Amino acid sequence: MGAYLVRRLSLMAVTLIGMSILIFVLLRLVPGNVADILLDASGNDDPKEKARIVHDLGLDRPIAEQYWQWIDGLAHGDLGYAYVSERPAIEEIGPRIPISAKLAGLAIFFAILFGVPLGVVSAVRQNTKLDYLLRIVSLSGLSFPSFWLGLLVLMAAVQWFGKIPIYDSDAHGFVAQVKMLILPAITVGFRSSALIMRLTRSSMLEVLRQDYVRTARSKGASNTSVNYDHALRNALLPVVTVIGIEAAFLVGGLIVTETVFNIPGVARFLVEAIRWRDYPIVQNLTMLIAFIVVTMNFLVDMAYMALDPRIKYS
Amino acid sequence: MRLRMVLLAAGVAGLVAAASPSFAQKQGGTLRISHRENPPSASIHEESTISVVQPFMAVFNNLVVFDPKEKVNSPDHIVPDLAESWSWSDDKTKLTFKLHQGVKWHDGKPFTAKDVKCTFDAVAGLDEKSEILRKSPRKIWYQNLKEVTTNGDNEVTFVLGRPQSSFLSMLASGYAPIYSCHVSGREMRTKPIGTGPFKVVDFRRNEGIKLVRNPDYWKKGLPYLDAIEWKIVPNRATRMLGFQSGDFDMTFDSDVTFPLLKDVMAQRKDAVCEARPTNVNSNILVNRDSPPFNNPEVRHALVDAIDNHAFAEILSQGHDLDGAAMLPPPYGKWGMPKEMLASLPGHATDIEKSRAEGRKIMEKLGYTADKPLKIKVATRNIEIYRDPAVILIDQLKKVHIEAELEPIDSSVWYNKIAKKDYQIGMNLTGVSVDDPDVNFYENFYSKSERNYTGYNNPEVDKLIDQQSAETDLEKRKKLVWEIEKKLAEDVARPVIGHNVANTCWSPKLKGVNLQVNSIYNGWRFEDYWLDK
Repeated sequence: MGAYLVRRLSLMAVTLIGMSILIFVLLRLVPGNVADILLDASGNDDPKEKARIVHDLGLDRPIAEQYWQWIDGLAHGDLGYAYVSERPAIEEIGPRIPISAKLAGLAIFFAILFGVPLGVVSAVRQNTKLDYLLRIVSLSGLSFPSFWLGLLVLMAAVQWFGKIPIYDSDAHGFVAQVKMLILPAITVGFRSSALIMRLTRSSMLEVLRQDYVRTARSKGASNTSVNYDHALRNALLPVVTVIGIEAAFLVGGLIVTETVFNIPGVARFLVEAIRWRDYPIVQNLTMLIAFIVVTMNFLVDMAYMALDPRIKYS
Repeated sequence: MRLRMVLLAAGVAGLVAAASPSFAQKQGGTLRISHRENPPSASIHEESTISVVQPFMAVFNNLVVFDPKEKVNSPDHIVPDLAESWSWSDDKTKLTFKLHQGVKWHDGKPFTAKDVKCTFDAVAGLDEKSEILRKSPRKIWYQNLKEVTTNGDNEVTFVLGRPQSSFLSMLASGYAPIYSCHVSGREMRTKPIGTGPFKVVDFRRNEGIKLVRNPDYWKKGLPYLDAIEWKIVPNRATRMLGFQSGDFDMTFDSDVTFPLLKDVMAQRKDAVCEARPTNVNSNILVNRDSPPFNNPEVRHALVDAIDNHAFAEILSQGHDLDGAAMLPPPYGKWGMPKEMLASLPGHATDIEKSRAEGRKIMEKLGYTADKPLKIKVATRNIEIYRDPAVILIDQLKKVHIEAELEPIDSSVWYNKIAKKDYQIGMNLTGVSVDDPDVNFYENFYSKSERNYTGYNNPEVDKLIDQQSAETDLEKRKKLVWEIEKKLAEDVARPVIGHNVANTCWSPKLKGVNLQVNSIYNGWRFEDYWLDK
């Protein structure tokens, strides 16, 4: 197990270094840089002014030197300066991480809260009206574009409550935060919950047909005990994998939801930073996402061991 | 006609409001406004977008301003701001301002004539080492400014190379605030310091801009509002829903298109909405240096295809205005009369006849419906640019030109245009002061960095200089129309139409006066108040 962990962690480090090079190079291959965009915003194309901005931002130095400066800074906790806002990148990124983390956490919580139990119910009540209804709901969750769903939720909020959940950075306390984020979280989590529900259902159906489930029933175990003690635990393995992947890739859904609900989180900020070619922001945020994806994969692998005692890493 | 009705109604409402004794201004309250995007920075002198001017003009003062109580920006409606008075030398080449005494910057330091000098030295490029700006897109406005001199702390003189009647109008623009010498460029871009009615508390990307009342504002009793909060909401549907639900007291300027207006009014019945020209025009950039548009005949066929009225019908339910480079009357002070406009290429009243002529030209050059001229129409990949480009593509078919849309990312748009790597481009041009100098020098003068097409006609340059130096209004107008005629005949940058859009606000917000010939100049907010 120890050797496996060392190997796994080393691989994670190599992956992250590879990612950093890829991110750095790809960003610079995209046409236009921040100087172009800054001049575009002012509607002029003065080569002298452009050269001055490029020089001030250090974009005229060799690529390798720029890369080393970034990595060296990263190792020392210095993320550099955002080009557009001209503030330390950490000050720009730092306050936005908890916002997106709370939204993503709440979305995953809703996804699991609804997805797993409803998937089990759908499997246990296979081919009943309830099953059909849940299958329609889950299919809609996968089919509705988040953008459209978000706008629909906002319109409903205006119609019914006369208000929209505008993000307020002064809202403190657990209840105030949940109240503010609940609608966007449900909008993001709906798709994930649909996916989890469908996967739980199919996985449960497969397990419920296994010999050991039949044996448990023949030994007189109750339905609840068979469904939840024997079947669900084994059916959860693929579900956990999907939850892990969904959590890691939630940032895609967050971009749309943060835009529609106007939440100043990292996902929307990243898109904006890409548009402005704000390299320090894009590089550091993309690395953060890469780190989350790699870590989530690692945690999912570890979770396998807890869920299935037959799995051992060596 | 419809627009005139709206303006008339707004004018009557304004008079009634002013006459009513129950409208005594109330102090206090926070004005909440939606903002359409992240402003590139807070430094007005470095940017060329309403996204910067509208929120940040309230932080500064100018030497003079267009009277905020007037609907039309005009030289007759210029009132003092930081200047107490001004006078011209006999030869009209020296403009001297006496400055208000006792004015302080938001950080408590005194405002002096040196601040005025250092602002315009930087803006005009007279001081290349200046650290207060890293870009100056309106340098061309001040090409006639030779020197700024001070006489003590309270007097400043602008020395011009020749008489220029528009100079005072340019100083009255929202784009001419006075910066402080002691504040760095970085600070001005992130958290600027001014002498204006509001101080910047916070400017956060993707979140908003918070301004609070300047308690030491030198205009006693102003401003009325305690604070202004701009929330950055890039999604227009969300912005509109926010206004409908009452989360915002005012929409971003000209944010409500005509199709949206119906929805907004249906959901928020008490909303006050006003339509007005934005002095932003849609126009075509023509690459006259390479084939096929290096051929004047092809350029003429291109404009023969344009049906401005169809553009207006599709884009703004018929509200956009037909005009040449200058905003047409009655809103614009310099646009040519309708009958004169109709004689210009690209503004024909009989569109079928015009298109037949266009086809004839193209057929003479060997193009037919079966063998059309194939071109690309480049434009920024933004809805307001793409929409007119698509209509243009459709209209070009009528003169045997088959065009393909080429959407370009904003980051490479100017690069592409500067490199002449396009055939024709759909473009939007905002004119911040309704004066020919601002428009012609920026967009058509051969030496301007913002003359994107590189249009270079020495005769037109000469006429531009000539009208600029002309002090007789009527004579100047005639020269302006002559320039307009030449620009149209040269197909310099054919204008498709002048945009008209709506701005809405809560009936509780008072003191709003939208100016009809520029969206860039009336945003000091010191007269705004909330009746809550």
